[in-house]
Amino acid sequence: MNSELFTLTYGALVTQLCKDYENDDDVNKQLDKMGYNIGVRLIEDFLARSNVGRCHDFRETADVIAKIAFKMYLGITPSITNWSPGGDEFSLILENNPLVDFVELPDNHSTLIYSNLLCGVLRGALEMVQMAVDVKFVQDTLKGDSVTEIRMKFIRRIEDNLPAGEE
Amino acid sequence: MADEALFLLLHSEMVAGLYRAAEQGEGENGRCTTKLESMGFRVGQGLIERFTKDTARFKDELDIMKFICKDFWTTVFKKQIDNLRTNHQGIYVLQDNKFRLLTQMSAGKQYLEHAPKYLAFTCGLIRGGLSNLGIKSIVTAEVSSMPACRYIPDVFEILIKIWKDQPRTLSRTPGQPRNHSLCSKALSKCFPNSVMPGSDRVTTAMGSLFQCSTTSG
Repeated sequence: MNSELFTLTYGALVTQLCKDYENDDDVNKQLDKMGYNIGVRLIEDFLARSNVGRCHDFRETADVIAKIAFKMYLGITPSITNWSPGGDEFSLILENNPLVDFVELPDNHSTLIYSNLLCGVLRGALEMVQMAVDVKFVQDTLKGDSVTEIRMKFIRRIEDNLPAGEE
Repeated sequence: MADEALFLLLHSEMVAGLYRAAEQGEGENGRCTTKLESMGFRVGQGLIERFTKDTARFKDELDIMKFICKDFWTTVFKKQIDNLRTNHQGIYVLQDNKFRLLTQMSAGKQYLEHAPKYLAFTCGLIRGGLSNLGIKSIVTAEVSSMPACRYIPDVFEILIKIWKDQPRTLSRTPGQPRNHSLCSKALSKCFPNSVMPGSDRVTTAMGSLFQCSTTSG
């Protein structure tokens, strides 16, 4: 029941951002930034609740994200596909995205990545566990695709004594 | 599903993000409260439609308020309102002793002046819900911190006053606290008056009643 509250709140947020910023790119960036801030806190909540141990490789990380994290917070279990040959990129396929219940994209916002918050959350959360990743949407049901696909690419392991992005 | 944490984080990030953008841009703080409140309004309208899809018709206004206090509040904040008071003339005071959106903040006066930012969305939520149930209302919230000598860990209490938009029908009887008339078109102007920074006053039920001139929608 509460997922509706989250979905509706997120929708109100995106609407407000679209009003505040003129172009979709800025909205996308803002959503990503907000998602990042949420992600760096969410990871602690996640680790406290789920009690998973350290992941030994990226495949384990992918499993934890899809089967435990998504299930815990959004109630869905995306499938993991399209592993790159080097094992550092994969796709999460979401059959239904709870964020986009009741949502339609109008024509003048065709470049808006509505669920971009998710990318920021994943990026922020993984950065707190020493993994720098690049997350982006490849397919989106709002734009007419059949499924929502998120591509995650492992960039590097972050060393402890170098906070990312700071001198 | 642990999505309560997700909603809490989203809400605090929304507040932070809006104020951050306002600092860099126009610098008009009052508008942020209005924006948050109107976001809450939209969400409240949608939510109440979903929740009351299968419930019976409400008998009267008090019935609606009880629904808000019990079912609506439970679904949104996982607990009921602790206290509901009314003067039977259209003013309702809802008291929540442990408001979910504020429990994560430190106790004490340090953040009291920032607390209203976190209430705007909820006020809009209630106003939106009531609006779709046919009640035009004005919702304000206050936070008062408990005196330090009491051993109560929950420091924030939220008082929500709801009244219908004909404040002129309220008659002042002798002995009742004075009403402050606020001529204000923007609802956001009501909020800074709700909490006086640095004050220790514990608001009683009808203390600091004030009227807002009717706002459209």
